[in-house]
Amino acid sequence: MESPLIEFKEVTKRFGARSVLERVNLQIYEGQVTTIIGLSGSGKSVLLKHIIGLIKPDEGTILFKGKPLNEMKKSERAANFAQISYMFQDNALFDSMTVSENIALPLREATNLSKAEIDSRVMARIAQTELEDAARNYPSELSGGMQKRAALARALVTDPRIVLFDEPTSGQDPVRKNAILGMIAQYQRKFGFTAILVSHEIPDVYFISNRILALYDRSIVFQGSPEELENFDHPFKNEVIRSLEGLQNELTGLYSKRQFKMMHHVQLTQTTRGATYCVAVFSLDDLDIIRTSTGYDEAQVALRSLAVYIDKHFGAIGGFSTRRRSNEFVTVLPYSDLTEAESILKDFVKDFQKRGIHEVWAGARQQTTLPGCVEFTVLAGIAQGQPVADIDSVIDAAIAQQQEIARLRCDVRR
Amino acid sequence: MTLDADSQNGKAGWQLGRLLTGPFAVIGRAAISWIDNLGAAAIFLLLAFLKILRSKQLIKIVQQVYYIGARSTMIIMLVSFFTGMVLGLQSYHALVKFGAQGALGTLVALTLVRELGPVLTAIMIAARAGSAITAEIGIQRISEQIDALDTMRIDPLRYLISPRITASIISFPLLTALFDLVGIIGGYVSGVLLLGANASTYVYRVQTSMDLKDITDGLIKAIVFAVIVSTVCCYQGYFTHLRKDSHGAKAVGLSTTSAVVISCVLILVSDYVVTSLLI
Repeated sequence: MESPLIEFKEVTKRFGARSVLERVNLQIYEGQVTTIIGLSGSGKSVLLKHIIGLIKPDEGTILFKGKPLNEMKKSERAANFAQISYMFQDNALFDSMTVSENIALPLREATNLSKAEIDSRVMARIAQTELEDAARNYPSELSGGMQKRAALARALVTDPRIVLFDEPTSGQDPVRKNAILGMIAQYQRKFGFTAILVSHEIPDVYFISNRILALYDRSIVFQGSPEELENFDHPFKNEVIRSLEGLQNELTGLYSKRQFKMMHHVQLTQTTRGATYCVAVFSLDDLDIIRTSTGYDEAQVALRSLAVYIDKHFGAIGGFSTRRRSNEFVTVLPYSDLTEAESILKDFVKDFQKRGIHEVWAGARQQTTLPGCVEFTVLAGIAQGQPVADIDSVIDAAIAQQQEIARLRCDVRR
Repeated sequence: MTLDADSQNGKAGWQLGRLLTGPFAVIGRAAISWIDNLGAAAIFLLLAFLKILRSKQLIKIVQQVYYIGARSTMIIMLVSFFTGMVLGLQSYHALVKFGAQGALGTLVALTLVRELGPVLTAIMIAARAGSAITAEIGIQRISEQIDALDTMRIDPLRYLISPRITASIISFPLLTALFDLVGIIGGYVSGVLLLGANASTYVYRVQTSMDLKDITDGLIKAIVFAVIVSTVCCYQGYFTHLRKDSHGAKAVGLSTTSAVVISCVLILVSDYVVTSLLI
């Protein structure tokens, strides 16, 4: 089995008489996105600050690549911490410096790079985080979202191997939240760093996370994939996840996964014996291209427009939908067989090719002033399910059937 | 029954003992806390000193000299001019009673160079720049900017504290010299121009009564005050988050007040100590 990059063994932290972490055990693996979830004030940020050495444990051991931090030489510990960047919850930008000065600070003060090299790296990060117009502004002159992006740019400018994100989406609207998470996921794929997030944005963080760590009652009570968390039976699930998840996805307005499954369950119990249902899975392909060409916010607005279009069309005939992955939507068509569902999908495709895909693009275009042309495709697949069949296997079957149903071509848009 | 009575007596005795020793305990705790802080501040100063000669410090030191020194010039000139004028006015009337108005230049010059110059300059800088240093560092602490420096592998003591202490050590003597000069001019304006003392005598007495030791003693005092004021102000801001009496913005306010008050008290206390060593 792969050995963890960072490991906590029986870590306890107290502030005075108050215990914040109690015998915490956890593993974080290299190259993954790991998200620590838990209620506000449960000690998530304290846990994160242990990783970078801002806080030291009262008891227990923190291991970095299998070696205890407290047994390392000072230089070795410093070399390990040098691979880590930290994005603070309130950004911690220097308010007397401009955005570009803030981003350049770690390069200017902690490296021996030339001024030209520093400028080049800073400008690259500014461009990647779409802060060109704000580069000379002070943090107080920026919106909350722009400040987050400036903090993100500063965290990434040193090309770290590990990036810690403390509530990166706090105080953001749903589009911006998903845009920031999308940005983290895309950068993580692009640069290959290990991302450790602290968040209570459920379920949005599931879409980008490889592993979830659940902090509850001062301890880690769950470690595993978002899918494994679905089957986790613990008071944490009732008290934390359900309270945070809500009934609807904030970005799309579609049902949350839990509500979707509940509706599916109700539909099954009401279905007469032998009746079938169908599942359609839609994907917005080339999401990264849209992000790169138009921006992170614009990509999220395009996703929302697609979700709204799907919901409007299938909701009118009794279907219900949810967001399964960041660019993937699932719709259940109750009481229908494959032939009927194919006919419904055909109508949808016809309408979507004529108007829908242009509405998706128009939604994204409203957010940007950038000129240019982005070609993207929408895929759909359909499969029939029996009441006895597990819906996940039906969804997998629908994904296997996916094919292109619409493509936005630049010449058509023009 | 006997055991119970003994227990009651023991409890009463313990309470009486606590009542009697209570004030000493409070004084003792305060003294331990004070010594604890003094030790911490000394280590803080030592660590900051060791980082003065690291790379990339020169620009930051020059910026701080501008901020602490150059931007205090006007207020120092204003205060020193009127201090010199008042000194000239009071001294002239006192000296006239003994027919010794010729000694006005001596009195004004020596008072300013030996005592008032270094002390008032230090107090004015503590009030103007010292308070700003504490507030700025305190806000950086509570908004996690100092933690951010740590995570970026930038030593906060090197980046924030060393340049300010160095800049203070450079600025205080320069501003003290300016204070002395403008104060002597202020004494000339009130004593000679307004009250009619002899101008040549005033200038002659100023020139002849001072020797180099008077000037160097004054500048040594200025350096001592610079170290005290900059350390106290930086220390109060840097550890704002550890205050037990408040948090957040209120803690920054209280740290700023403490920094100015402690600086002023220590300036006066150390003035006596340094004077007694130099005299």
